[in-house]
Amino acid sequence: MRGNMRSATTGVLQNIASSFPANESLEIYRRMCISRHFELGLVRAVKEKRVTYPVYLSLGQETVAAALSMVLRDFMIFTQHRCHATFLCFGGPAGKLRDELMGLPTGTSGGRAGSNCIQCHENGVTMFGHHGLIGENVPQAVGAALGSGRPVVCFFGDGAAEEDYVVAAIGFASTHRLPILFVCEDNDLSILTPVEKRRSWRFGDVAASLGMKTVEIADDPWTIADRARELKNDLPAFMNIHVCRSNWHVGAGTDGAPEWDRFSFVESELGMLGLGKEAAAVKAESADAMEALWAP
Amino acid sequence: MGAVTVADTIREITRVHLESNNGMLLGQCVSAVGWVNNTVPDCRNIVELPMTDVAGAGIAVGAAMVGRRPIFVVRFQDFLVLNGSALIFYAAKSKELHGRGTPIFVRAIASDGIGPVHSGVLHSMFMHFPGFRVCSPMAPKEYEAIWADFLAHDDPMIVSEHRASFNNSEELDDLVSEDAVITLYPISATRFEAVKAAEMLAAEGIRCNVVHILWLKPLVIDERMTGPLCRSGQGLVVDAGHEIAGASQAIAYQLTRVTGIPVLAMGLSDSTKCLCPPFQNRIPDAERIADAARILLRSKSSGGMAGG
Ligand SMILES: [Mg+2]
Repeated sequence: MRGNMRSATTGVLQNIASSFPANESLEIYRRMCISRHFELGLVRAVKEKRVTYPVYLSLGQETVAAALSMVLRDFMIFTQHRCHATFLCFGGPAGKLRDELMGLPTGTSGGRAGSNCIQCHENGVTMFGHHGLIGENVPQAVGAALGSGRPVVCFFGDGAAEEDYVVAAIGFASTHRLPILFVCEDNDLSILTPVEKRRSWRFGDVAASLGMKTVEIADDPWTIADRARELKNDLPAFMNIHVCRSNWHVGAGTDGAPEWDRFSFVESELGMLGLGKEAAAVKAESADAMEALWAP
Repeated sequence: MGAVTVADTIREITRVHLESNNGMLLGQCVSAVGWVNNTVPDCRNIVELPMTDVAGAGIAVGAAMVGRRPIFVVRFQDFLVLNGSALIFYAAKSKELHGRGTPIFVRAIASDGIGPVHSGVLHSMFMHFPGFRVCSPMAPKEYEAIWADFLAHDDPMIVSEHRASFNNSEELDDLVSEDAVITLYPISATRFEAVKAAEMLAAEGIRCNVVHILWLKPLVIDERMTGPLCRSGQGLVVDAGHEIAGASQAIAYQLTRVTGIPVLAMGLSDSTKCLCPPFQNRIPDAERIADAARILLRSKSSGGMAGG
């Protein structure tokens, strides 16, 4: 049974933030801010009709990429369709992402691919673009790890977790003990249909039964980073991370307040760590840079 | 030592790729019973996939994305319907979308007469989608040529093989004569049948060209293709797959468009391939090809437009 696994505190480690050096905590927050302010600028550009192609926003879900990008530096990345945060946090150039979303030849794929298909093969980042077929990146990630021997992080959503070929690919990774961290960014929604209407089982139980370590946690970035550090030495492994999508599945609109607001939780935590002033400076700097990027 | 067959050629190309070229081969049950009709060598870099046709194709595509130029073995072409999503939606699109090719060599093996989902020829489906190179080699040197082509490009390639070719050691050269009255354009295993049909017709005094089709996509309509048609004045494209919306109709249309000469298509009828006769819906054999040619010629001599 699913039980009530989904909450803002699921699996969150008490006092974990205080075990991180201040500069690491601030760097996680900086990455969250880059993603958030990039997308706030994008939302404005959409509303002003400067961006007219479909956009899949990471708003609300930023902590996963921000935390994992701190831990999985040398990993190849197979991203899902909702991938702006992944691209930005792992080190993709924001200007090229903006150009891709506008369909410009200077975009990450020459403006041909768009929001749900972002790739990065520069800045030391190897991130393969999704094409929009739900969960297609999971077998590909498995084949890439098999073919290269390099470690891989593979992101997918709670909907993709239901694709038969995703389960089969994860089973293959387990059989061959491939160095892959599978990460389900579980926002409890497939467009607008919640998980409990779609299935009676938890993907973590499936992954565990296939023979790998699994964790089920909410999107506290310190917990994510801490658990990923532990799992990266024992791959393959699976993380189910409960997140809240702030905006529509596709598009810049919203349907009321999300279940929880991790961004402000993180800001409070930084305040309690005595890093409020530094965090405010990080935020202002990120916001300025991203605002400038989207200036009309 | 006997003559080198298509199976020998495939096996030795594969061996070099796996042993010396850091290549990979992935497929289901490839090392079982006979190593896929003796086309797979017993060597390193072979990955036995579980019975996960959809995921398996995605895994092979992933290996292609990191440069291993995998050979993906599909023991029965019908299974391509399951394998297809990763090939069609990722491998074939990545170059145009991202500027990054996904070179995967898909050995799609066809058979005939063994039931509804083990006898299909599905290369037409892959001609339809952008991004593939599609070919159907039936002779040893042809196989070497298409392999060299694969290595020279970074596209996914659908290689429509046929078990009927595996023991063949002969090259299939075009048969062209000045007094021919019809040109046959056979594809896949119908090429062996078309050669026999030409012999049967020759015995009746009917001269017939046979222009073999190796490459389905890109399809090059050059002088080799059009010259014999223009001189003979009649054409018939013959395929081992279904005729409706398939390779035979598509190529017949292209030839007609370029030459202005009506070219007809012949493939499988629009019905399921069942297990037993007369419901097998087998590939056109020499008798049927010769019959079709006779009907076409009669229709021409009576002044009417031939019916399909
Ligand atoms: Mg979801």
